[in-house]
Amino acid sequence: MDIFIQQIINGLVLGSIYALVALGYTMVYGIMGLINFAHGEVVMIGAMVALFVIKALPGLPAIVLVPLALVCAAIVCMTIGFAIERIAYRPLRRAPKLAPLITAIGVSIILQNLAMLIWGRNYHAFPPILPSGEHDVFGATITSLQIVIIVVAGLMMGGLTLLIRRTRLGRAMRATSENPPIAQLMGVNINQIISATFVIGSALAAVAGLMVSANYSIAHYYMGFMLGLKAFTAAVLGGIGNLAGAMLGGLLLGVIESLGAGYIGDLTGGFLGSHYQDIFAFFVLIGVLIFRPSGLIGERVAERA
Amino acid sequence: MAALTFDSLRHDRRTAIAAAVGIGIVLAVFPFIVGTTLGNSWLRILDFALLYIMLALGLNIVVGFAGLLDMGYIAFYAVGAYLYALLASPHFGLHLPVWAIIPLGAVLAGIAGALLGAPTLRLRGDYLAIVTLGFGEIVRIFMNNLNAPINITNGPQGISSIDPIHLGGITLAKPLTVAGITVPSLHAYYYLFLALALLIIFVSLRLEDSRIGRAWVAIREDEIAAKACGINTRNIKLLAFTMGASFGGVAGGLFAGFQGFVSPESFNLMESVMVLCMVVLGGMGHIPGVILGGVMLTILPEFFRHSAGPMQLAVFGKIILDPEALRMLLFGLALVAVMLYRPAGLWPSTIRRREFRNGSTADVLKEGE
Repeated sequence: MDIFIQQIINGLVLGSIYALVALGYTMVYGIMGLINFAHGEVVMIGAMVALFVIKALPGLPAIVLVPLALVCAAIVCMTIGFAIERIAYRPLRRAPKLAPLITAIGVSIILQNLAMLIWGRNYHAFPPILPSGEHDVFGATITSLQIVIIVVAGLMMGGLTLLIRRTRLGRAMRATSENPPIAQLMGVNINQIISATFVIGSALAAVAGLMVSANYSIAHYYMGFMLGLKAFTAAVLGGIGNLAGAMLGGLLLGVIESLGAGYIGDLTGGFLGSHYQDIFAFFVLIGVLIFRPSGLIGERVAERA
Repeated sequence: MAALTFDSLRHDRRTAIAAAVGIGIVLAVFPFIVGTTLGNSWLRILDFALLYIMLALGLNIVVGFAGLLDMGYIAFYAVGAYLYALLASPHFGLHLPVWAIIPLGAVLAGIAGALLGAPTLRLRGDYLAIVTLGFGEIVRIFMNNLNAPINITNGPQGISSIDPIHLGGITLAKPLTVAGITVPSLHAYYYLFLALALLIIFVSLRLEDSRIGRAWVAIREDEIAAKACGINTRNIKLLAFTMGASFGGVAGGLFAGFQGFVSPESFNLMESVMVLCMVVLGGMGHIPGVILGGVMLTILPEFFRHSAGPMQLAVFGKIILDPEALRMLLFGLALVAVMLYRPAGLWPSTIRRREFRNGSTADVLKEGE
């Protein structure tokens, strides 16, 4: 039983990271109908910048250093997010649908190799400056770091929800996602709104990047790829374009994955081992989409030309 | 008047034949030119370019004709390659001949395509993309892990010492002597791949203008209207998946025989993405464009590989940046630049080009009137 709870806890931590990244995908998709393939790499850049800021300033206490690293990472990521939209997506807004997909792939290749040029191909260990306390929950352990991750992720998601629901910017974003030309007629500057979407998504990515590298105490130029893929899967699982869906999908995917990794051996009598962990995410996704083709809580879009 | 038309027609046919003969001669001597001027490494790249053309044309059926975004296409290539590897290597001690394996690979990959297609028929656009992507990953992960409890794929180590392609008593691994001319192995593979690529091009061209091809395009443009016109969209979409996949299976089998080694590494998501880039960058749905895309995207990274190091040496006197990272960086930049300047692809079909200029198919139709 305690193993079960332990897996649930691990899953929730992983899931809240997925959820933060998935929000970036889903916001962009909701507004532009575009898979921002480079988003995973933005997360990676966030992790790398944060890690190297922490490494560069060894003397400072963690309570100053971590927020500072986070701010630096967020600024870099937001700049990159803004630039990606400006350079790679905006000129192609009226182009055939697959053209921005290819530039997204191109940008993702560029960012990955840029990171490799700057930080090298090695794995970088995360400096052990974070609190390492352990707490007992129903016979399972949860570290202070894990608590921080879940709490911060929760706060970010709450904040984003408030931003979208309550503010002027949020209302403009909702209007743009519903119908860009009409939103424009109503006086919304949709270019600004789209830029804002990318910047907000990238800031969330920076936070997620720091979390994931702290959680696994490692960062690597290639880490964004699989993470981005999983987060995108989570966004689709929940219903892409839907904020609550991204959060639900992220958490669900995290829990399913860690339960799957923990129990797959027992379930199949040792035939399949925990290295099939990654398969779980995709099987669940395919299963869900067969029965609910627009995700768990995605709207059922009427078929139209 | 009639005589004139007849004359010009005959003239056209004569130029067409002349052009075909010319292209044939160029294609026939091309490997010798490349081999002597650029060396064997580029000859290998040329062979790979032909394989990628086959793959890109296969994916073009799914993405270009039928408009179904498939991001796990490399799985079918993997099916073909692993089938060849298992049936013609010491791994199981089987050594079946190539003419038995390649068609079997096409059939098996086709079945895999139908299996993927069936549950995804209801999905649209990007949902389909992520599911196909997941399918590709599932296939790769299984190949990576099916070495226990029963060793089928030999896991991450892959399967090595696969039989080279051999027809009858002739093996392509050694230089061939045909009618007094000695053809080195890489050249022989080139001719074999060229023959199959031409076959696939021919099939693609004939499909494009067939009832099925038109049905695919109708589904791409508007699925509901296509259904209303009496097209059985379910079967036609499944057929697109099956046909596209079978091309991939053929290319995969050839790859395994050519390379002599397969491992899950060769079939990762990046490969699927590359083939997709070939199709879109070349000009979706336009066969000459897709061929161009396949050639370009095979050669470009290799060109950067060969030039990234020496160029730095020439300019700075030493290697400052990791050439491998620099090469992919330049490649990424090239992808973005090409799409920004030619959003409809390098060589789009005329209809698509007009469509893009005017915004919608309806305008194109008006223009035609």
